[in-house]
Amino acid sequence: MNKFFIMVGQTFKSRVKSKSFFITTLVTLALIFLITNIQTIIEMFDDEEEGAGTSEIAVVSDEESWAILLGETLSSQEGLSVEVNEVNSDEARESVEEGTYDSAISLDSGEDGLPVATQYTGEDSSLAEAEMMQQSLQQVKVAIAAEEAEVDEATLQAINTPIPFETVFVGEESGAKSSEEMAQTRGLVYVMLFLLYLSVMLYGSMIATEVATEKSSRVMEILISSVSPVSQMFAKITGIALLGLLQFSLILGVGYIGVQQNSGEGSFLNEFGLGDIQLSVIAYGILFFILGYLLYATLAATLGSLVSRLEDAQQMISPMVYLIIIAFFISVFGLNAPDSTFITVTSYIPFFSPLIMFLRVGMLDIPLWEVILSVGFLVAAIVVLAMIGARVYKGGVLMYGKSTSLKDVKRAFQLSKKEN
Amino acid sequence: MTLKLHNVTKKFGSFTAVDHLSLEIPEKQIFGFLGANGAGKTTTFRMILGLIQQSGGDITWNESGIGYDKSHLIGYLPEERGLYPKMKVQDQLVYLARLRGMNSKEAIHELEQWLEKFKVPDYKSKKVEDLSKGNQQKIQFISAVLHKPKLLILDEPFSGLDPVNVEMLKEAVVELKEAGTSIVFSSHRMEHVEELCEHLCILHHGKPVVHGKLKDIKRSFGKKNVRVRADFDLAFLKDLPGVTKYKSLGDSCELQVENEHISQTILTELHGKGFIRTFDLEEPSLNDIFIEKVGDSYE
Repeated sequence: MNKFFIMVGQTFKSRVKSKSFFITTLVTLALIFLITNIQTIIEMFDDEEEGAGTSEIAVVSDEESWAILLGETLSSQEGLSVEVNEVNSDEARESVEEGTYDSAISLDSGEDGLPVATQYTGEDSSLAEAEMMQQSLQQVKVAIAAEEAEVDEATLQAINTPIPFETVFVGEESGAKSSEEMAQTRGLVYVMLFLLYLSVMLYGSMIATEVATEKSSRVMEILISSVSPVSQMFAKITGIALLGLLQFSLILGVGYIGVQQNSGEGSFLNEFGLGDIQLSVIAYGILFFILGYLLYATLAATLGSLVSRLEDAQQMISPMVYLIIIAFFISVFGLNAPDSTFITVTSYIPFFSPLIMFLRVGMLDIPLWEVILSVGFLVAAIVVLAMIGARVYKGGVLMYGKSTSLKDVKRAFQLSKKEN
Repeated sequence: MTLKLHNVTKKFGSFTAVDHLSLEIPEKQIFGFLGANGAGKTTTFRMILGLIQQSGGDITWNESGIGYDKSHLIGYLPEERGLYPKMKVQDQLVYLARLRGMNSKEAIHELEQWLEKFKVPDYKSKKVEDLSKGNQQKIQFISAVLHKPKLLILDEPFSGLDPVNVEMLKEAVVELKEAGTSIVFSSHRMEHVEELCEHLCILHHGKPVVHGKLKDIKRSFGKKNVRVRADFDLAFLKDLPGVTKYKSLGDSCELQVENEHISQTILTELHGKGFIRTFDLEEPSLNDIFIEKVGDSYE
């Protein structure tokens, strides 16, 4: 057992110390930081362009009361400072050109006695600002029109109050979560699926490369005369898992801090369902993550033990890559139709279940026994694969030659057999 | 701690790599495995180490098999050399020694002594890929002996080395034997085996053709060599009864005779023919025995 940990340590250490690990981790962390802070960053750039951060608006009108009314409405908006009737219409236009004001609005009386507005604006006025302006103007117009039609305050308020609207979800049988909940989990599930997919690709090929490196440098024969192939194989898997754990805790840590800092009202992260992360979904995520990793890592180590040259490793693990790509595509489809039969069926197939069962758990309210059954299949598959893998590994590491096909599994199997 | 092989057989499909091999490898001695390429030497070693399972027969060391629980007592230098190319010599040796149950401190102390002995103390912090092939081989040898094994298996330890390094490694092997290590090594260089081993075994197509003590093997072989140098033509000697081989070497010749008594007949024949400068009766060399037993198939 002691040797097992020496090997785990060696695998971990040699990878952590490598330059490629340092660079990929740093780049990923920078990326995560950027993504979680993207709003702040965008705003930062906006601020720079607009200088002080508030727009100065001049409101001009011959009808004093209109101008005051619009002034009040606009003043209540954030980021605007309003000046009413300081200048006349022509002067306002000029001062926008000169840059004294960011924009100017002139209200004139139309044919029906209601206001008609003209906005003078510089180049960099935003669409949002124009929209805001239009809304305020509409309010002013309604108020003026109502006043002229002699509608009383109470009636006006009743008209303006929005209708109460509530969605009540009644589809108990399908087991779907309410659409609000679903939208909230979808983002999280998507992120988790992607992480799973990415890590299987990344760490799976890392394990295969690790094994292939030892084989191609022929140090393998010394190793297997010291440590049994089975503990060697699992030492590799564990070592790389620790590496993944370190990398992911860094990524998730930075990600979490980023989300916490930026999860104010209306932020895009919130809309994506990442604002308040559900603990149960995370727990399932970790469970399926570990199991999925073990399954694919065992497969990768097995395949890696069959190649004798490093260059062949990527080719050898291509079946594994195809499996995870298929699983990922199924799960992307499942994000939009989590309760379809196809998704239900595939959520029990070991190579797909880490992604798809997790998707179902995250998106639907499914009974616990379904999860347990799927996890059971998965664990059984891991055990069987580990047993086959250990045998193939034992034979495979002594096998040299042009081995890039799966036929070699059989040869390796025979090499490790007692009786032929 | 005698290593015993009893009726060991290994088949790969229909191909028999090792065929009913029975051997006893005595303790604290050097045992030589001879054989042409593909004779089954490496396969036998791998079976002794438990890396591959024999198809039949038993292998026991100290009354039980060799498993991973004994790996700290075993040293192994595989025929295919290999170390981590990007790792530093010290890190590498310490790691491999730790896998054989040695602690780091002791390993560092030992490896310094070994590097000193092989006159390469400054390689400690170099990467293996920066070393020459011969020097890599020295490092590999150290990796096999660093943890002070009781049983040391060396697969072709001297191949690919220059004569100076071969001598250095030979010395180290003899020193290890004197310190009480049992050593098994394979070679297809007869002179190395002849020089180092007390016991040996010649494998041919997986079968032991000669096996036992070097002295006994030579004695029981029966045939002797006679070397004659004289000032007259010696060609007539090849037609004498009892002479099995004749090789002319300029002014001298080498004869193989059926037994040592024939030499006396030759001496009588030579008498009075002229001036005889050398007459030598020699033990057969291992090379002669090997060629006799294995035949022309040896390269």
